[in-house]
Amino acid sequence: MLGYIIRRVLQAILITIGVTLIVFILLHVIPGGGVARAILGPRANAAQIAAFNHENGLDQPLPTQYLTYLWQLAHGNFGFSYKLNQSVASLLVQYLPKTLLLLGLAYAVSIIVAVPLGIYQAVRRNKIDDYVLTGASFVFYSMPVFWLGIILIVIFSGALHLLPSEGPQGAYVTDDFNQLSSLILPVATLALVTIASFSRYMRSSTLENMVQDYVRTAKAKGASNSRVLFVHVLRNAMIPILTLIGLSVGYVFSGALITEALFNYPGMGYIFWTAALQQDYPIILGVIVVTGFATVLGSLMADIMYAIADPRVRYRRA
Amino acid sequence: MSTLDQPRGIAIPLQAPPVPQEKPGEVQDVAPAYEAQGVWRLAFNVFVQHRLAVIGLGIVIFMTLFCFVGPLIYHTDQTTVNLNNAELAPGAGHLLGTDEYGFDVIGRLMVGGQTSLEIGIAAALVATIFGVLWGAVAGFFGGWVDALLMRFVDVMLAIPSLFLLLFLAVAFPRTVPILILVVAITAWLIPARLVRAEALTLRTRDYVQAVTMMGGGGFRIVLRHIIPNSIGTIMVNATFQVADAILLVAAINFLGLGIAPPATNWGAMLSGGVDFVYDGWWWLIYPAGIAIVLTVVAFNFIGDALRDALEVRLQKR
Repeated sequence: MLGYIIRRVLQAILITIGVTLIVFILLHVIPGGGVARAILGPRANAAQIAAFNHENGLDQPLPTQYLTYLWQLAHGNFGFSYKLNQSVASLLVQYLPKTLLLLGLAYAVSIIVAVPLGIYQAVRRNKIDDYVLTGASFVFYSMPVFWLGIILIVIFSGALHLLPSEGPQGAYVTDDFNQLSSLILPVATLALVTIASFSRYMRSSTLENMVQDYVRTAKAKGASNSRVLFVHVLRNAMIPILTLIGLSVGYVFSGALITEALFNYPGMGYIFWTAALQQDYPIILGVIVVTGFATVLGSLMADIMYAIADPRVRYRRA
Repeated sequence: MSTLDQPRGIAIPLQAPPVPQEKPGEVQDVAPAYEAQGVWRLAFNVFVQHRLAVIGLGIVIFMTLFCFVGPLIYHTDQTTVNLNNAELAPGAGHLLGTDEYGFDVIGRLMVGGQTSLEIGIAAALVATIFGVLWGAVAGFFGGWVDALLMRFVDVMLAIPSLFLLLFLAVAFPRTVPILILVVAITAWLIPARLVRAEALTLRTRDYVQAVTMMGGGGFRIVLRHIIPNSIGTIMVNATFQVADAILLVAAINFLGLGIAPPATNWGAMLSGGVDFVYDGWWWLIYPAGIAIVLTVVAFNFIGDALRDALEVRLQKR
C-alpha cells in the first residue's frame, strides 16, 4: 500500500511537470507576433519588443527558458504578471483561497444533498418520484452553468429580492465571511450541477448494492430494512462517490470559473479569465499549473481513498 | 471494463462507477430469434424500445429541421441591426419578441442553432476520429508507443477543459472551423482512453492473431479490425461528446470568447441574458437556454440508449 502511494505520488509529480511543458509549448506557438506583441500592443516598435523580450528572458533559447521556468517554479516563483504589477505567486495566495472556499462549500452541499437523494431514488426506484428526480437531474446536468446561475439570480435576486446577485466582494477570503448571503447563489449554482451528477451515481451504486448477497444475508439474519440500508448498503454505496469526488476536481474547477465570472467573484477562475482576455501569460501559466496539480491530486486522492475504503481493493506492483 | 467506465459528464475523466442497466427484463426480451437478425437490426430494436431515446431522436430531428429548414419558411433579417425594433416584447409581429439589436428571437434561435449544432457535431466528430486513432494505435502497438501516447493523454487530462479551451480561444482567431478544432482539442482524450482499453483486449483475440500470422500489417489491423470492433463504444461516446461540445461552446461564448456578431449561437444569445435579469425580459433569457437544454438532454438520452443497444456485453442474452 505504501509503495503504491509513493509510486502514485511520483507519477503525479511527473504529470504536473508534463502540464507545465505542454502549456509552455502552447504559449510559444501562439500566432500573431508572440507574447510581446500581445502585451505591448500593435504600435510597439522593434526596439521596444526586443527590450521587452530581453527583460522577460524571452530572447533565450526555448529549452533554457523552460528550464529557468521550472527552476523558479520549484522555488515557488510563478513569475510576474505583465499587467497587474504583482507576482503570480502573490495573486495565487490571494485568490486561490476564495476559489477553495467556493469549491469546498459546493462539494459539501452536493454531498449532503446528493447522497440521501440517491438513496431515496434507489429505494423508490421506478416510482413516480424517482422519475421526477431523475428527470430533474437530467435537466440540471444538461444546463449551461451560467444559465442556471442567471435563472437563480432572476428568481432569488430579481423577483424575490432575497439574495444579492453578486458574489462576495473584496480581495481576501476573510472578506467573504462578512458577506455570507452573497455566497449562497454562487455555491447553489455550482452545487446544483454537481448534485445532478453525484445523485445519479449514488442511485445506481445503491441499486447495485441492494441486490448483493450480503444484503440478503443481513435480511435473513433479521436486520431491519433501515439497518440494512444505512449500515450495510450505505457504506458500500459510498465508495464510488469517494472516487467521483476526487475525479471531478477538474470538472468542478471549470464550473467554478464560469460561476466566478457570472457572479463577479474574484477567485482564481476569475483572475484566469481576466488574464486570458488580456493575454497576461504568466498568470495563465500559473493558474493552469495550479489547477492541473489540483486535478492530479484529486485523482490521486480518489485512488488512495478507494484503497482505504474498500478492503477488497489491494494494489500490487503491476 | 472501459466501456462501463465511461463518464457522463463534461470531463469526469475515468473510472466512474458503472451505471447498472436498469429494468433488465425489458431490455432482454428483444432477442428471441437472434439467428435471424443482424447485429445492427438487434441494436435497432433495443434502441427503439427505449422510449426516452425515441423522444431524444425526435427532439434532435425537430431541432435540426427548425434550425436549417426553418429559415426557409420563417424569413427574418439576421444581419442588419435595427434599433427601432430593439427589445420588443413578444407579440403579433415577433412571436418571441426581439433582442437588444432588434433581431427577431425566433429567427435568431434558428441561425444560432445552426452554429451550435454544427460546432457540436463537427467537434465531436473530429475529436472522436482523432481520439480513436490515437487510442487504437497506443493500445495495439503497446510498449513504448503506448506509454508515450497515453502519458500525453494523462497530462492533457490534468488540465481542466475550460481552462485549456479559454487559453486556446484567446490565442487563435475565433471562427467556426477554429472553434470546432479548439473544442475537439479538449475533447479527444476520452475516446482515446476508451478505445485504447478496447484495443488492449482486442489485440489478443484469435482473429487478430490470425491476421498477424497471415502477414497483415499493424495499421491494417487497427483500421480493419480494432476500430470496427470498438464501434459501439465509439458511437456511444461520440453522442455524449456532441452534448458536451454544445455546452462548452455556450460556455466560451458566455466568457466573451465566442463567435463575433452578427453571427451567433445559442450560447452567445444567452450570455446577454445576464444584463436583463432585472428587466423581466424573459424572452431574452429562456428560449435559447431551453433550446440548449433540450438538445443536450436529447443527445444524452440517445447516448444512453445506444449504450444499451450497442454494448453487447451489457446485454444478458
